[in-house]
Amino acid sequence: MARRAGGGADVDEPDIPIVIEVDGLTKRYGDIVAVDGIGFAVRRGETAALLGANGAGKTTTIAMLLGLLLPEEGRITVLGEDMLRHRYRVLGRMNFSSPYVDLPRRLTVAQNLEVFARLYGVADVAARIAEIAEELDMGPLLDRPSGELSAGQRSRAALAKAMVNRPEVLLLDEPTASLDPDTADRIRAYLRAYQQRTGATILLASHNMAEVERMCTTVLIMRAGRIVDRGTPAELVGRYGRADLEEVFLDIVRQRAAQ
Amino acid sequence: MSTGPGAVPAALVQSARRAQAMALRYAFILRASWPRILELAYWPLMQMVLWGFISEFLLTNSTWVAQAAGVLIAAVLLWDVLFRGQLGFSISFLEEMWSRNLPNLFVTPLRPLEFVIALIAMSLIRTLIGVIPAALLAIAFYHYSVFDLGLPLIAFFFNLMMLGWSVGLVITAIILRHGLGAESLAWMAMFALAPLSGVFYPVSTLPGWLQAVSWALPSSYVFEGMRAILFEGVFHGGYMLWALGLNLLYLALAGAFFLHTFHIARREGLLMRLGE
Repeated sequence: MARRAGGGADVDEPDIPIVIEVDGLTKRYGDIVAVDGIGFAVRRGETAALLGANGAGKTTTIAMLLGLLLPEEGRITVLGEDMLRHRYRVLGRMNFSSPYVDLPRRLTVAQNLEVFARLYGVADVAARIAEIAEELDMGPLLDRPSGELSAGQRSRAALAKAMVNRPEVLLLDEPTASLDPDTADRIRAYLRAYQQRTGATILLASHNMAEVERMCTTVLIMRAGRIVDRGTPAELVGRYGRADLEEVFLDIVRQRAAQ
Repeated sequence: MSTGPGAVPAALVQSARRAQAMALRYAFILRASWPRILELAYWPLMQMVLWGFISEFLLTNSTWVAQAAGVLIAAVLLWDVLFRGQLGFSISFLEEMWSRNLPNLFVTPLRPLEFVIALIAMSLIRTLIGVIPAALLAIAFYHYSVFDLGLPLIAFFFNLMMLGWSVGLVITAIILRHGLGAESLAWMAMFALAPLSGVFYPVSTLPGWLQAVSWALPSSYVFEGMRAILFEGVFHGGYMLWALGLNLLYLALAGAFFLHTFHIARREGLLMRLGE
């Protein structure tokens, strides 16, 4: 992780390029400060996690990174482009998935994937859909309307949509929500393999602490719109003198100080 | 990013492909549901049946209608072009609201203008699916062909469609701003224009002050132009130029309003909050 305490320069791993850089990012809704001057950077090939209780500002941060939401203050750079000025230059190289955003329910999974592949300008749409279907083991789902899928199948379809353009930057909101442990493990393995193969950068928001410990090299813990601590899962567990990340998380959200 | 001499055409091609992808998405919805296609044609057909019989009755009981046999049938068909044009635009947008798909769309490289072009394309397709069967029914049952209006029909059609797109843009912007609680506007709004547009009677029927409002509507020029052909056999090109000028102005204003609302939606997080 590149450390940025509200905008400080990174010194940790200077040879690996920074892909996501956030500096002084602030979002207010009237008097409510949803995100309060946060700063962080994520390097190429890294998997970082935003952790925090509900309302901590994770989804708001991801929405700002995607350009769905405009910040009041701050700067977001993704793949070297200023997202507030030139987001269309990089949106084709990014993607996202969230269990709270549906794919159109009346379209089949294949039709949805085709529409999104075309929106992203994927060259060989049919071949790409076949490839994803095989990778995510969802061939039998392709001809089913998205609205008829189970919650777990919908999560896989949403992930397939997120992978359709072979993204260099992947933003995932609770990527394994609603999945049984076996499928969740397959998805994590798929994401790891994809990342190793392509060098993609992943930023995810999750409440699944075990998943974060297994997948992420960096953890950013948010509370009330601020990043209150950061580090590798091992660093955080050691710093708080706890057995695992879940205990660290509980310490932080309940405002118990680090040992 | 390419910056060579071919950069602009390449960007345009990509832009057209994204608009095409969105049109494909709406075509998938239509194709998957015969009841939806039938519904598109149902209301114009029912209107035509009703107004066809009213016309037949008035032909022998109204000297005004007797002078131009198809005036009411042509009026109801053109009114349907205007109404279906707006509804086709708005409904396609509502599909995204109903399926909570806007966040997925606007994290792709899809620009708002490309989205609007797709909505316009679907408005055209949905309007033709709705109106052509009604026009054919009028020929078969009432022996009146709106196509006898000749080439001016094309000018009437596109002027009415353009007004439908302007109203559709304003309605979609309001729905984007205020959520699905405002969706009934998509069905209601156009009816506010009906009495002012002189669909079934001349604009001169309106009170003086309301005539001024009426002449600010492109649709009034279309319906007056239609009656001029049917009653006098004259095509008033000036009417169409006025309609076109007003339409371009309203499209520009509606487009600016839509883009402004889209900016507000991004500022206030409305693209992610899609309920009522």
